[in-house]
This record gives sequence, C-alpha cells and structure tokens, in this order.
Amino acid sequence: MAELLLIVRLAGERIALPAADVESVVEISALTPVPGAAGHVAGLAALRSRVLTVIDCLASLDPSRRLPEDSREAVMAVVDGHPYALLVEAVEDVVEADGERLSAASSLAGGWRRIGRGTIEAEGDLLLIADVEALVAGPVREAA
Amino acid sequence: MDDLIKDFIAETREMLEALSGEIVAWEAMPDDRARLDEIFRFVHTVKGNSGFFDLPRIRALSHAAEDALSAVRSGTRSADARLVSAVLAIIDRLGELVEALETGEALASEDDSALVDALSSEAPLEALGAGAAPASHAGRASSRTIRLPVELLDRMMSGVSDLVLARNELARRIRESGDSEMEAAFDRVSATVADLRDGITRTRMQRIDNLFAPLPRMVRDISGQTGKLVTLEIDGGDVEIDREMLEMIRDPLTHIVRNAIDHGIESPAERRRAGKSESGCLRVRARQAGNQILLEISDDGRGIDGEKLVDRATVAGLVTAERAERLSPAQKMALIFEPGLSTASAVTDLSGRGVGMDVVRANVERIGGLVDVESRTGQGVRLTLKVPLTLTIIPALTVAAGGQVYAIPRSAIEEIVRVKGGGVRVETVGGAAFATVRGRRLPLVHLRDALGAEPAADPASQSLVLLKPAGAGLYALAVDGIHDHEELVVKPAAPAVIAAGLYAGTTIADDGKPVLLLDPPGIAARAGLSLHRQGIEAEAAPAPTPDSAQGPPALLFRTLSGNLRLVPVAAVQRIDDIRPEAIQLGAGRLHVALGEILLPLEGCGSAVPDRPIRLLRLGDGHSELAYGFADVVDIIPLPAGLMPAAGPGEVRGVLLVGEAQAELLDLHWLFARHSARRSAGKASPVCAIPAGDPFMDAILRPLVESAGYTVVASGSPGSEAAAVVIASAEDGDSPAPGGARLVRIRAAADGPADSVHRYDREALLAALAGDAPAGRRRRRG
Repeated sequence: MAELLLIVRLAGERIALPAADVESVVEISALTPVPGAAGHVAGLAALRSRVLTVIDCLASLDPSRRLPEDSREAVMAVVDGHPYALLVEAVEDVVEADGERLSAASSLAGGWRRIGRGTIEAEGDLLLIADVEALVAGPVREAA
Repeated sequence: MDDLIKDFIAETREMLEALSGEIVAWEAMPDDRARLDEIFRFVHTVKGNSGFFDLPRIRALSHAAEDALSAVRSGTRSADARLVSAVLAIIDRLGELVEALETGEALASEDDSALVDALSSEAPLEALGAGAAPASHAGRASSRTIRLPVELLDRMMSGVSDLVLARNELARRIRESGDSEMEAAFDRVSATVADLRDGITRTRMQRIDNLFAPLPRMVRDISGQTGKLVTLEIDGGDVEIDREMLEMIRDPLTHIVRNAIDHGIESPAERRRAGKSESGCLRVRARQAGNQILLEISDDGRGIDGEKLVDRATVAGLVTAERAERLSPAQKMALIFEPGLSTASAVTDLSGRGVGMDVVRANVERIGGLVDVESRTGQGVRLTLKVPLTLTIIPALTVAAGGQVYAIPRSAIEEIVRVKGGGVRVETVGGAAFATVRGRRLPLVHLRDALGAEPAADPASQSLVLLKPAGAGLYALAVDGIHDHEELVVKPAAPAVIAAGLYAGTTIADDGKPVLLLDPPGIAARAGLSLHRQGIEAEAAPAPTPDSAQGPPALLFRTLSGNLRLVPVAAVQRIDDIRPEAIQLGAGRLHVALGEILLPLEGCGSAVPDRPIRLLRLGDGHSELAYGFADVVDIIPLPAGLMPAAGPGEVRGVLLVGEAQAELLDLHWLFARHSARRSAGKASPVCAIPAGDPFMDAILRPLVESAGYTVVASGSPGSEAAAVVIASAEDGDSPAPGGARLVRIRAAADGPADSVHRYDREALLAALAGDAPAGRRRRRG
C-alpha cells in the first residue's frame, strides 16, 4: 500500500511528513512562552487537557528565522511520550505517495539536510520527507 | 511475611496457568527444547522462591524435577514419555500444594517420595500412577483481589488527571456563563470526578511496608559484617504512598540505613565504654502529615562529628578556614550534603564509596522532597525525609513574573513576604543581590532575571518567596505578584523545556492555560548561586539586628463575608478546597467531611455555604478544626498593637495591616469551643456510671462525655480513678470510692434532695462540675 503523507508548507516549500508519525492537525492559540528554552521552542499550548510543547519548525530548520507570530496551523505528534505541536506555515492535505522513498539528494542545504529523511514522489511532485523527531530536536542536536 | 507468601502463591499459580498449555505441548513433543526450557524455568523459580519460606515439600519436589530436567538439558538424559509423565505429576502436585497453602487445608497424599522416585531413569512405569491424576481445582478459595498491570493503573491515572483538568476548564466556562442550573448539575459531575480521582489515586498507593520489608534482613547482614549489635524498630508501615514515590525513596532509604549502621552505631565494646547498652537501636518511622510523608531514620550511635565535617570540607576546599569558624552547628551539619564529603574514617565495603549523602539528597529533591539532618554527638543522628504523597498532583503556589504565571511547588516554599512589608530589606552588594528578612540575610534571585525578562519597573511592589530546596540553601525569589494556592496536576515537561534548567514540569491552570512549574534548585543554579555554600555563607554573615521585634508569620485571608482576618501560620496545617456537599448542619453546628474525617466547621456562620469554599485546617497538636474562608491574601509577620475585642469570641482583636484593619482569630476560643466534645485520653477526668443500665449507657453517657469526662463502667478497671461516680438513687446507698464525688440520679421527677432528676440537664451538668447549682429541686441536704 502506498505511504500516506501529510503535506505542509515550510520556508515556502511543500514538504511531506509521514502520516504515521502524525497524530492530528491542530490549530494553536494562546501560547505560553517558555523563557530560557531553545529558540525553536515557541511555547506551550493546551489542547483539551494536554500540554503541547509548540515547535517553530522554521526556527528548527534555520535558527535565524521565526514563523510569523500569528501562525496557527500545526501538526500534532508524540515523540518519546511527549506531545508536540509542530507549527508550520500551512497544512495542506493528506496524499498517497506515488512510489517508494528515495534517498535524499546529497546537495540539500544546511537545515534541510538535518530534517530530511529522503524524498518521495506524490501528485507528480518530488517532495522532501521531513523527520518529526529532527524537527522536535531542533538545531541543538547538531551543535551537540 | 504473610504478604510475601500471598505473592508467592499468586505468582506460582499464574505461572502454572501460563504453563498448562506448554505442558500439554511438551507431552506431545518431548524433544521440544523451548518447552523444556519453559518448564525448567518454572521448577527452578519455584525452588528458589520456596527456599525463602519454610516449605520443604515444595522445595524437595521442585528440586527433584529441576535435577531431572537439567540432565535433559545438558544432554545426559533423553526426555522419554516416562520422564515427561513424572515431571507432569510433580507439577500437578506442586499446584495442589500451593492451593493447600492458600486454603490451609491438609493434602490427602502426604508422601511425595513416589513422585520423586518416578523421576529416576530406572523407575518402573507403574510408579507413575501415584500422583499423576490432574489436580482438582474444586474448593479453590475464591480470591478477593486481582492483579493488574501497573501500566493500566498509570493509564487510568493519567486519564483521570486529564478529566480533572477538563472539569476545571468546564467549571470556569460554566461560571462565566452564569447559568446557575447548569452549575448545580455540573457540581454533581464535579464531585463524582473528585471521588474518582481519589479512588484511582488510592489504587496506586502501596503500604510503605513494602519498602520496609527488606530492612530487617539488611540490618542483620550489615550488623553481622560490621560486628555490631543492632535492634531495628519499624513504625508506621501502614502509611500509604504512591507506588512510583515508593520506588524513588527505596535507594535513599537503603543508603541511609547502611550509613547509620556502618558509621553511626558503635561497636559493642565502644558502646559499653560510653555507658550505653551494647546493642544499638535503629528506628525507622513513617507518618503522614497533610500531603506529605515523613520518613524518619534515627539511631542512637555516636552522631555526626560536626568538627570533622568542617575539617574535611576545609581540606576539600568547600569552605575556607576563616568561614568555617563562623558556621553554626546546623550549618556544619548541612555540610554532609556537600558532594565529595564523607565522615567515614575508613572506606568500607558497605558505604563510604563516594556515594554520599549528596546523592541521597539529589534523589529526594528530584521528587519534590526534602532531607533534614539532626545530630547530637554521642547520642545519635536523625534524618528526616519529607516527600509528597504522589508525583502527579502537588500543592503549588502560582506567582506572576514578567507578565506570565508560574507555579512553585509548595513543598519548597518556606515563607512569603512582601518587599514593602516591614522587616524586609533588599540590597545589592558587589553585584550580588541580598534580601534581609527579619534579620536573616539571604541570597536574592529575581525571577525576571532568571527568565531573561526586563527588570521590574516597581521593585517595591514585588513579593519575595523564600525557597528552601535543600538542607541549607535558603534563598529568596523576587516575583511580581502572588496569585493563589492550587492543587495542580503536573505533567512531565518535554526535554526541550527541561533543558532550560528552570522548570520541573508543566501543568494547566483553572483558566485552561498551560503553566510552567518552576524548579527551585534549577533557578538558583541558573542565577549563578552556588546554592548550598552561598546559603551557608549568607546565613553566617552577621545580620543587622531587626529594627523592631517581628511577630511570628501569620496568614492574612479574606473571610466568606469579605473581612480580612489573620491566623498564625503555625496553627494552619493545610488548606483545602471543598464543595458545599461536604458540609452539613448536624448537632447544632456545621461539620465538614474530608475523606474519612469529620471536622467541626467554623467561619461560615450557621448556614451551609452555597458554593465551593476554601478551608483552613487548624490544629492545636491534638484536635483539628476547619475554618471556611474565601481566599488567601498574604503571609505577613504578625503585626503588634492588638486592639482587644469587646468580649470573648472568634476574634481576639483588631490589628492594623498596612492601612487595612484585620481581625486576629482567637484560636484558644475556637478550640475551647470544640475541646469538650473532642477531648479524650489521659487529660480528661473519669466518670464512673453503673454498668448495664440502658438509660445510663445510651442517654446519660453522651451527656457526661460532652461535659469532658471519660466514661467507664462502675467496678471496671479504671473506675477507681474516677473523679465522679454516678449512681442510681433507686439502688440505695452505694459507697463512692475515696475522693470521688457521688452524684445520685433518680428516675422520678420529684424525690430526695440529695439526688438529681435524670432529665434535669442543667442540674446534672452542675452536679458533674461539682457546683452547688441554683436548681430549684436541689437543696442542700
């Protein structure tokens, strides 16, 4: 069976998240900032009675950039038992992949290389598959 | 021991059930190695476990089966039908023995030798008949308990925690909507959720006995190895504590016990020389105090040598010689928690291997607990571990800083003071901030700084939270405002949040917004405070004498009718939120039911409140009473200048707090109001009443008790100590024991003047009190 992908928009590009890694698509409001935390941690948000750690995926990709303050669309995922909301520019749709995963081109630029887990064809486009764990870990992991 | 046997039975039975399929499969294919291994493991485990108990038959049978099976495993013997049958017969017999162990019934067949003989390779086939019949499961005692995987309980707990949060949010929205019918209906849901939470919390509780069970053996072993004589006294094993918490304090407890025997208690010869009994005494005691468990481990050994600690700390460079001289005894003791210090003069096998008290402290603090040490040279050491009941729900204080709300675990808070309140001075010395609170100088951390926010525009409006995250490391945290005391459901924070080093977890406030739970040691570290040493030094610095004598801390709160009142903090045991359903009018006054206890309720007048209220639980060391109020305003030093109240009552007088008037509760009056009916035990006088008289027992007795007497039956042990003896006037003369006052009671309305009519309440109470009452029937005769 073809792999299901969630297409999101980040840094102006369409990228794919494996649908299996994603719990739901959520709308984030009222962030509680976390002073002292790494730059890609946008804050905390409550979803029903759960506390989500909100990740600014653009900052995760490139520490020098931030998503606009009014960003709302996020993808919820659970990593190591902790619930996260991955803020992106836009959540587009769930699509079926047209084929198997391919290894990523070695020419990927900086941040993309860190979060990329190969490429895949869907709807006639070649999309980068982003790794949820790498987005959550942010640029810190590379520094360590 | 009983618990252990039960565990053994339950475990063996579970293994047997799981094995039954394997046994059948093995019978069909005796060469199947995997099945063989399964069965071998079973008999091996049973053999091992039975060794702990005095169960010779089980041990002999499992041992024989294990031998035979291990021969098969090593290839010296093949698994033929005969062997399989013999092993199965033994397994069946083990099952029967375990059943018999549980029901306490004797087994029909007392001889296992035929079964064991059948295992030998030469045994004739006929020998197998003896026990090969399948075990009869008839008469198995039906079990009143079930075993559940812990994960399931954890899942239920987290589900209920979510439910509590969802309820809080819903409650807020309903309150905002102002729909009172909806609110009433929701209150019922809410109460049910609270009950559910209590229930689930309890399922995760275990008796602390589980923690204490290995201690006797451990003490025996260690004292054997060290050549010491130690008596272990354990108390409070029935205290219940969260399962997770239990695991977290297991290691610290083990370490402390080892230390106490290895380093604390002296050798018998040394103890004799010191004039003590040869055998040392180690006491482990658990008790519950509010939301905390106190675990005390005390010994009567040589104590911790404070001077030696200081010497070592000086050598290790932890304190300078000059500072060392100024340390108070308590500060010297606190050095024991410094990493890299050990009082042991020699490193032994048992302890003193570098795993020191600093690790114990770190472990206890990680779960929101505290460790304290007290030592008296030559008399022993007492360590107190204070840990919260559960990890998931903790009492917390919410504070504001930089426009955001944060929670601080209540367990770490020692006191809250206002910067502009009297007796507080904030100053900066060489870049380091200090707060002097009532003559005590403490390192000061601005929460805004620690969080990287702008400094406060108006520092004078801030409040200081005095935090004591460790034995010695008291420091002051400046916050913009104090919000509320809340019971919060704490969720683990994501690693990226923990990495900031400032937070211990996350939670959701009643308004549905996420709130960060601050980590007091982390904030101090982040602020560059080398906590323990700074705390020691700062306390050692000569503090300026206070400008004026400061009173003890007092809680300033708003009553249900909106007045400001004060109560000394020392009398407040805890603060609870309760719903009106828990309050009932009974016996002429309000009572509140808190779990299994019933307390008299003050502060609400005589009407049951129509909405949830908060309770101060006040204690005088013996009894407890509840005082309903609306909200906590502050904790302040009790101001001087009391204007006494016009007459005795709930309020002792009026004080000036800032520019507002606040009434000081008269605790003596409050407790006195309830002491008559609550007092019991040695202090109350004894009254003897005739035994076997239904009037005396059912009707008179409560009245006498309410007058403050302990009632015993005449002629029973204890009645000779009676101060008052009540006798029936109809019984003729009965002598009163020496010194006791005799009160004669008659059934008839009119009668002799030296007796009291039994329904003349006033005269009865007067007679009990020994007064000559003004009752019209009683004349001196």
